[in-house]
Amino acid sequence: MSAPTKTPSAADSVTTGERRRPRRRRQKGIAGNTLWFWVFVGPFVLGLLIFSYLPIIWSLVLSFFEAYNTATPSKFVGLRNYIDMLTDHNFLSSLGTFTIFAVFIVPLTFVLSLVLALLVNQVKIARAFFRSVFFLPTACSYVVASLIWRLSIFNGVRFGLANTVLGWFGIDNIAWLSTVSPPWYWLPLVTVRLWLQLGFYMILFIAGLQRISPTLYEAAYVDGAKPGWQVFRYITLPQLRATSVAVLILNLIAAYQAFDEFYNLIGNVNYARPPLVYLYGISLGSIQDLGHGSAGALILAVIIMIVTLLQSRIFGFGKAGD
Amino acid sequence: MPAHVPNAGLSRRDLLKRTGGLAALAAFTAACGGNTGRPSSGGGGGGEKVNLSQWYHQYGETGTQQAAQRYAKAYTDANVAVQWTPGDYDAKLASGLLSSKGPDVFEGHFNIAMVKSNQVVPLDDIMADVKDDFQPGDLATNTLDGKIYGIRMIIDPQVIYYRKSLLDKAGIKPPETIDDLISAAKELTTNKVKGIFVGNDGGNVMGGPALYSSGGEFLTKDNKPGFTDARAAQAFGKLHELYASKSVLLGAPTDWWDPTAINQGLVAMQFIGMWAVPGMQKALGDDIGVIPFPKLDAQAQPAVYSGGWTQFVSAKSPNVDAAKKFVKWLWIDKSEYQEDWSLNYGFHIPPRKSLAAKASKLQSGVAADTVKLTQDHGYTDNPAWTPKMGTAFGDMLTNVIKKGADPAAEIAKAEKTVNAELSRLFG
Repeated sequence: MSAPTKTPSAADSVTTGERRRPRRRRQKGIAGNTLWFWVFVGPFVLGLLIFSYLPIIWSLVLSFFEAYNTATPSKFVGLRNYIDMLTDHNFLSSLGTFTIFAVFIVPLTFVLSLVLALLVNQVKIARAFFRSVFFLPTACSYVVASLIWRLSIFNGVRFGLANTVLGWFGIDNIAWLSTVSPPWYWLPLVTVRLWLQLGFYMILFIAGLQRISPTLYEAAYVDGAKPGWQVFRYITLPQLRATSVAVLILNLIAAYQAFDEFYNLIGNVNYARPPLVYLYGISLGSIQDLGHGSAGALILAVIIMIVTLLQSRIFGFGKAGD
Repeated sequence: MPAHVPNAGLSRRDLLKRTGGLAALAAFTAACGGNTGRPSSGGGGGGEKVNLSQWYHQYGETGTQQAAQRYAKAYTDANVAVQWTPGDYDAKLASGLLSSKGPDVFEGHFNIAMVKSNQVVPLDDIMADVKDDFQPGDLATNTLDGKIYGIRMIIDPQVIYYRKSLLDKAGIKPPETIDDLISAAKELTTNKVKGIFVGNDGGNVMGGPALYSSGGEFLTKDNKPGFTDARAAQAFGKLHELYASKSVLLGAPTDWWDPTAINQGLVAMQFIGMWAVPGMQKALGDDIGVIPFPKLDAQAQPAVYSGGWTQFVSAKSPNVDAAKKFVKWLWIDKSEYQEDWSLNYGFHIPPRKSLAAKASKLQSGVAADTVKLTQDHGYTDNPAWTPKMGTAFGDMLTNVIKKGADPAAEIAKAEKTVNAELSRLFG
């Protein structure tokens, strides 16, 4: 009510001089903001352009050329590289390998990290300790973890950790990484990734859990819902929908990008190489067939895109927060 | 203009003025990754010394890196920087050879793709006077269309070494056929010791020797697949039999090229190169014997893969002539360094006949036996056999050895890839 009582002239005379100054300051402030925006974002945008977009575009170019041992090829071959890759049984079987891997790793990571989150969330004492302890492996590199898995835990000789434990029960040594029937190599491959990534997804779930309003649980209690499965099934799980979808999508993409543990644990072998290891082998190893490699990489990118879009369609990613 | 909309023109101009830093950053990023291993001082012109970068893979034996650096330092006509590469040397070399930022001189294995992609230069001029001092096989493996592209640095025969005491204890003679080898491996296997170590992949490294021991070869003289007949299939099948006999060590912390498995008593026999002899002698004394990869049957001959490393000059080097001069100095003129490199760390056969003849360390015991086996049964790589063919061959072996797939069907698959590659290369 007080504002209209001010006389316009008085306001003007007082503020004309002063209004300019804050305005200029504001302009400067905005320009400054823009400056700082670019100072902070610029390096990343530049990095993205140089190290991601440029290679992607160049890869697209290479995929239409015969490019052995050169990144500046001259022999245009049209779609031949794509046709070769789509009929290459090794490439197709690498997609199969990935599928098996995803079938193991995605549900396992989902369930275990959720269970871990529920447990850690209920702990009353030393919460920070438990959270950190399970999150710590995320800080370890895949290469280092793979080396530990290969050299000390799952080596095939009698002094490997796993074999020592089996030895206590009188069971023979198992060559974990070299046995194809039964395919024991999946055990180290899956466990190393679980160990490395469970903590990260657990933190996502804990964040999700803490966003659930306690009033919902109180209401459920008043309505006579039994604590435990019933509450989890009808309150916790539906409330975690957004987090769950994010975890699933991130997990699947991470599985598509599997490289380090496969490369370091079993190398480039044809019975268990995911697409990236195969593409690395043909384009960056001694073969240096950059044309076929680029075509394969782009096919893979399209597949990842389609799967992610389908998944978010089905689970309603983005709408999930409603 | 409303106050809440920033003055776009002004701020952009401002931005351009103030963000020269970004341009500097771009220049910095562009400069990243330019480390070629060459010394940073000095230029190429005038009376100044030329800078050369020399690439090696990581040799397992102690003292090798220091030796390589010592040789490079002793050269006075150029500044030579040694780049020692642990890990996947082939991949690093392949990308290094794409541009002039790679090595000037490097060690590697010759194949036709290197010539087709203009990665190496012919060395006939520096080889002319000493050609006759090299073994014909070592010349042939580095020759294409009559031009020599590489100088063999060391010869590495790959054979099977065994613990004499363990064979004696079991009362068995050194195997002479593949069937003997399989049964010996079975008999030598106890709950603590496996019969043989042929690599953690189950024996792919023996694919070549098995093929040659059946009378086959990777490519015939007229460059057709030479691994497709029934005897080759039989030999690959034998490798599966060995793998499936449960007498093969798998999942060892080190792989076949490292003598740790036999030295630690994990196995009675190991397929490995002669380079490991000093290491094995240190651990096992005289308790080592050697056999070639045994013959398939009475109709055939044993086989010894005569591998090794070869020195090349990169065609993309800005100083090809200086690089050739250095290579001539080190691998042709300086015989004391060649001798040192071949004999004082791991054991390798010196490729020069004159040096091999006076290599006293290779004239007794198991080393002498290995040299003799190489002379009698050695085979070298065919330069037309490209890495892509090698990968197809390796996939075939994995499927046969580990999965027990039908050798003939797998051979047919590999043959298809090899033929496609041959028609790409030779039309």
